[in-house]
Amino acid sequence: MKRMKTGADSAETQGIGDAIAIERVLAGDRDAYRVLVERYGRDIYRLAYRMTGNSHDAEEVVQEAFLRAYQKLENFEARANFRTWVYRIAANYAIDRMRQRRSDESHRELPGKKMEDGQQLEPLDLITDAAPSPERLARSAQLANHMEAALQRLTPAERTAVVMRHWEGCAIEEIATVLHSNSSAAKNTIFRAVQKLRRALTPFTEAHAEAKSAGARP
Amino acid sequence: MIHPGEVQLIAYRDGEMKEQMKIQEHLKECARCRAELERIETVLAAMNAMPVPDPGEDYGRRVWQQISPRLQEKSARWWQGWFEPRRLVAAGAVAALVIAAFVAGFYLRPHPLVQPNLSQEASVRQRVLWLAVGEHLGRTEMMLMELANAAPKVVRAKQVDITSEQRRAESLLEENRLYRQTALQERDPALVSILDSLDRVLLDVAHSPDEIAPAELEVIQHRISEQGLLLKIRVVRQDLLKKGEEAPLTPTRNNSTIQERNKT
Repeated sequence: MKRMKTGADSAETQGIGDAIAIERVLAGDRDAYRVLVERYGRDIYRLAYRMTGNSHDAEEVVQEAFLRAYQKLENFEARANFRTWVYRIAANYAIDRMRQRRSDESHRELPGKKMEDGQQLEPLDLITDAAPSPERLARSAQLANHMEAALQRLTPAERTAVVMRHWEGCAIEEIATVLHSNSSAAKNTIFRAVQKLRRALTPFTEAHAEAKSAGARP
Repeated sequence: MIHPGEVQLIAYRDGEMKEQMKIQEHLKECARCRAELERIETVLAAMNAMPVPDPGEDYGRRVWQQISPRLQEKSARWWQGWFEPRRLVAAGAVAALVIAAFVAGFYLRPHPLVQPNLSQEASVRQRVLWLAVGEHLGRTEMMLMELANAAPKVVRAKQVDITSEQRRAESLLEENRLYRQTALQERDPALVSILDSLDRVLLDVAHSPDEIAPAELEVIQHRISEQGLLLKIRVVRQDLLKKGEEAPLTPTRNNSTIQERNKT
């Protein structure tokens, strides 16, 4: 996890290493686990939010990841990195949750994607939206919404792969482990995801390129 | 070279193409492929436009409040860790100590008709402990000194390789714990205290990744210097070695023992 940053430690939890906390938990001191939850809670939340696309699911993923990590702590290899390990557990749970959600939704009538602010976005918007507003701010806000919607339309494996690779800077092998596949398949999943995102965002990226070249002209 | 396809350009951008150089050369000459790559870059850059709400500084604390009632205390199983390979290595080192103590005890065993001299046996056992712990402290001091002086091989390197120190810390950690246990049995609080301090640092080093960020290395180095660990180790080690050398190596038979033997 090259780009993952450690969350800000509270004064209470500073100075105690992960390894010591884990040893204490395994020795029966349940409260020592708090150090790890406080240290990595925000990191896991960011990953979970990018994977699930909403706060409600992200919070559930965080809680479940830490609960599962606690239950499996005996299996944790002392030489491994706890942050990477719990991160993997969170990614796996987020995939399960996204799959479950997709399966539930496929049994219902497919409504348009509802954004977090309540605004309804029809799937067709993704490809037929006209050129964006010239105002940069509005454009970037729109782009963010469309990116979110485009991410939602990826399969759970594609979304996981692209989030882990391009946001979190994870190695291909690590992504393959989470996806239960090999490196080659993981790479293909990433490439496929980027292709799909590109198709969905073409109107915006083309407009961006045009605006850029117009700006470059004297 | 024919124009690379979309997937090849994505792989190139990711650094995952076998023919990375060929594509790079092609891009220098082909404006069409350069424009295509730029469009891919734009899509990936757009990912950064997607905001993630900040859950707040105290988010971890809130998560803890929510999950802690659902966590059951773990019952520690004392035998579990003893079969790990690193523990077995350390156990070997301590077995050597035990054998040394046994040999010393055998050597000191009094004549069957002579009353055993228990205080003498205890003093030799303690001497073996002093010498063994002295050597252990010497090895630990050397490892910590190397760590305290470690620096990235390249200026502004993102990672520092501490594999060698980490391996040694693993083995020292196990020895340290067993010596601490023995020191506890021998009721030597000063020795227990220094071995306790070492335990914490060794544990952190042993459980660090093979490569750590320079900032993480600085934290470990700060910890070593802040506690004055190296100085403490040096002082205690010299004291132990001195005591070990001053103590008698062989038991001096007192007159009463000799008289008893003559009577027999």
